[in-house]
Amino acid sequence: MIRDDIYEYSLDAHHDEETGKKIRRKIWIVTLVLTVITGAEVFMGAIIKQGDTWSWFFTKWAFVIMTIFKAFFIVMTFMHLGDERKGLRYVILVPYILFILYLMFICLWEGKAVGASWPATYAG
Amino acid sequence: MAGHATKQIDAKTLWGGKMSPFSTSYGKLMMWFFLVSDALTFGGLLMAYGFTRHATDQAWPIGEETFNSLPFLGHGYPLIYVALMTFILIVSSVTMVLAVEAGHRMDRRGVTKWMIATIIGGFFFVGSQAWEWYHFIHGSEFGKIELADGSQAIVKGHFGDIENFEITKAGHHYKEGGKLIEGKSDKDKKIYGLEEGELMHMYQHAAADGHIVYNKETGASTITLHDGSEAKISKERNEHLELIVKKKGKDFKVNQKIEGAKAEKMYEEVIGSGEKNRVIYGANLQQNEYGPQQYAQFFFFITGFHGFHVFSGVIINILILMMVLKGTIHRRGHYEMVEKTGLYWHFVDLVWVFVFTFFYLI
Repeated sequence: MIRDDIYEYSLDAHHDEETGKKIRRKIWIVTLVLTVITGAEVFMGAIIKQGDTWSWFFTKWAFVIMTIFKAFFIVMTFMHLGDERKGLRYVILVPYILFILYLMFICLWEGKAVGASWPATYAG
Repeated sequence: MAGHATKQIDAKTLWGGKMSPFSTSYGKLMMWFFLVSDALTFGGLLMAYGFTRHATDQAWPIGEETFNSLPFLGHGYPLIYVALMTFILIVSSVTMVLAVEAGHRMDRRGVTKWMIATIIGGFFFVGSQAWEWYHFIHGSEFGKIELADGSQAIVKGHFGDIENFEITKAGHHYKEGGKLIEGKSDKDKKIYGLEEGELMHMYQHAAADGHIVYNKETGASTITLHDGSEAKISKERNEHLELIVKKKGKDFKVNQKIEGAKAEKMYEEVIGSGEKNRVIYGANLQQNEYGPQQYAQFFFFITGFHGFHVFSGVIINILILMMVLKGTIHRRGHYEMVEKTGLYWHFVDLVWVFVFTFFYLI
């Protein structure tokens, strides 16, 4: 008899030693990537001076891109989001990214406007 | 990670539907939802920080100027300490993911080993943050000064050692002719021994309260101590001073630099102005040496909130480790609990990656 109130699905994701080896290799590669990026960031931060220069402009954006790169590796490999179903991946990432982009635009834009409208009264 | 079914689960106790959404368990999906909402909280905080930074007309503190110290080694190491903290957190994230991987092989020893490593890394990070806070609150030797034109400037250079205070007018405690020196007292109360760093402490307190008076003609400074006594300050000269203007006044613009003998003279005059609050040391919720007041508020709140996450993560990891040691989790036939705490732990690392960029680098 088939009971329809019992379903099977996996709570766990067991793998054997062979697969484990591959996964561990991937983990160590990601570790290396994260370390190298962090090292590069600190090096650039210590060397390149802040200011209204082109070199700082590019450095700033390089920092942002490197950070997103690091975040991608952490979420996809360490948090295993890369191994989850596509649907789950999008349910988590898409609303968040859309909302944050909107918030970023609105806050930084408004911040500039507020600073220009009430100089010296904000952040005094 | 979707795998093959190993166990039958009563539909009522879990989802009630015929399929598990996205082939994940209830607990894991809820952990993800929690993490998304927590990420929005941190995102909102960092946005508010960005808003303030864009709205201010003062110079924002620069990471490599503000955080350039190492324990036992002093100043001159821009961003090295925070890089070390970041590295510790990344490594603890790696050990956590190794614990999760060991769990997938039902390797109880492996899980135990890597979880212990993760907990140690977590404690190291929280400890490092405590040191960072201490340093941030304590401030630099020079402090931030308010110049005669109303502008504010931070100071870089070599701070001359304070040798002693020689009492010129007796107070309640110290007698005339006595000397305050870091070291041991003698019997006939000619020398008052102080602990290391105490002269500096008294000097900074007096400077902030306007109790130091600089004589322009002789170049000597006198200090009024807590007990009302007055003393002559013997101090080596400050050298290679550089004043960097952070808030504009009548004469100076933001980011303008003042160097050389002029800077040294201006600094002495501010410290010895005899006016209260002309110099600020360190940061707290009322004043901030490094720049706009909001910077200190955001620093304390965001790194504090993150540190609280790390701390609770360590506690959760310890609880799960205890369950692993007792064999509770092994008997369940899967190590999903380790995977769920792992998600939280990686999230904490993820947040730090962003805090690191926006607080320290940019």
